[in-house]
Amino acid sequence: MGAAEAVTVRGLRVRRGGALVLPGLSLAVRTGTVTGLLGPSGSGKTTLMRAIVGVQRVEAGEVTVLGDSAGTTVLRRRVGYVTQAPSIYADLSVRENLRYFARVLGVPRERVDEAIATVDLRPQAGQVVRTLSGGESARVSLATALLGAPDLLVLDEPTVGLDPVLRRDLWAAFHRLAEQGTTLLVSSHVMDEAERCDELLLLRGGRLVAAGTPRELLDRTGATDLEQAFLTLAEGL
Amino acid sequence: MNARVTLATAERVLRQLRRDPRTLALVLVVPPVLLTLFRYVFDGQPQTFDRVGGPLVGLFPFISMFLVTSIAMLRERTSGTLERLMSLPLGKLDLLLGYALAFAVVAGAQALVTSTVAFWLLGLDTAGPVWLVVALAVGNALLGMGLGLFLSAFASTEFQAVQFMPAVVIPQLLLGGLLVPRERMARPLELASDAMPLTYAYDALARATQIGELDGRIWLDVGVLAGSVVLALALGAATLRRRTS
Repeated sequence: MGAAEAVTVRGLRVRRGGALVLPGLSLAVRTGTVTGLLGPSGSGKTTLMRAIVGVQRVEAGEVTVLGDSAGTTVLRRRVGYVTQAPSIYADLSVRENLRYFARVLGVPRERVDEAIATVDLRPQAGQVVRTLSGGESARVSLATALLGAPDLLVLDEPTVGLDPVLRRDLWAAFHRLAEQGTTLLVSSHVMDEAERCDELLLLRGGRLVAAGTPRELLDRTGATDLEQAFLTLAEGL
Repeated sequence: MNARVTLATAERVLRQLRRDPRTLALVLVVPPVLLTLFRYVFDGQPQTFDRVGGPLVGLFPFISMFLVTSIAMLRERTSGTLERLMSLPLGKLDLLLGYALAFAVVAGAQALVTSTVAFWLLGLDTAGPVWLVVALAVGNALLGMGLGLFLSAFASTEFQAVQFMPAVVIPQLLLGGLLVPRERMARPLELASDAMPLTYAYDALARATQIGELDGRIWLDVGVLAGSVVLALALGAATLRRRTS
């Protein structure tokens, strides 16, 4: 395996629409883990993810991804990104969407069916995206990011609006990918998802409040559940 | 540049259009219907129809593709698909050429349908070859596409994007020589028309349909037109940003 850290962020400062969203953030994501990025909405999760993928204009700081500077051309093949709102073509079918992105990535056609199976959309494969439910569209968006078998997957709230069974299955899929060496950075504002992560990063107001495994955070705060641990950590600021 | 990505993009854009048969029908049917209208409005002055009709065949694709492209690109920008594409191994040129290829196909079909109606059914006379009119129509479509792509960056809603059409197209149609010969306009207007790409598009079409003589001047027009297409596409490419705030 490569370096111990898939993502290293140092002194990242980002301003969006005049507001200082990230005032100088430093953190790391370990290779081969499912790392949860947690925090209330407006805490800077999406901005941080955009900076890691290299689509965010940054004011200062360093973001190193898989050994290269974020946004470098070689990384476009190695990093998969799923935005909060599904970014797919509403007037194409599920399969047509995936085939297009597969051709852009230059991966074989079989990957399309594999990705559709992973997100459990086989019955809907021929359906036009516009006619899908919100959760189904979100899964198409996720499937497109799986196509290229990226080394780092950045997922912005991928399980919003999904039923519990599917949520459990997707988290199982995330862990399978991690076992194969993929690093996953998954944002969420739902605390019950935190315990499914190997490591956690808690963001509040653009600052890192805490980092560690769920066990460590519980031990440090003496709390019985993660929700309580986060409250203790956030109030201790 | 990557031929695989360019072709995949062109195919994807055509698939999207095929899913929207109403738009496709409007693109193909409206120009011949409008030309037919022109023909009967000028029933008493066939020479006017002969003068204006030929160039119009080549100018319709400019307007259609300007509209289709500005809306299509606006959708790419607002749906997040552009941001996704920009985070993938896809060159900006691949995306632009993919769009250009797809719209050139549609513009070619549009020009063929319109020419067929104009030259055979409506009895429009053209001095030059029909293929030249069709080729110029495709060139104009690419110009409309480039400008639509560029201006879509300044529209945040579809309402705004649609309003760019009259703002950009009508002054060029008014000054380009279609209505009044340029040398008869006030000097400042004539000078302004010198700087408008549609002036050269109209001039080339007028020469192809009325004079039929493929002299040096028409190739100058074609050269200016080609340069404008490249410039418009370059301006459009500059609005595709990998990193946004």
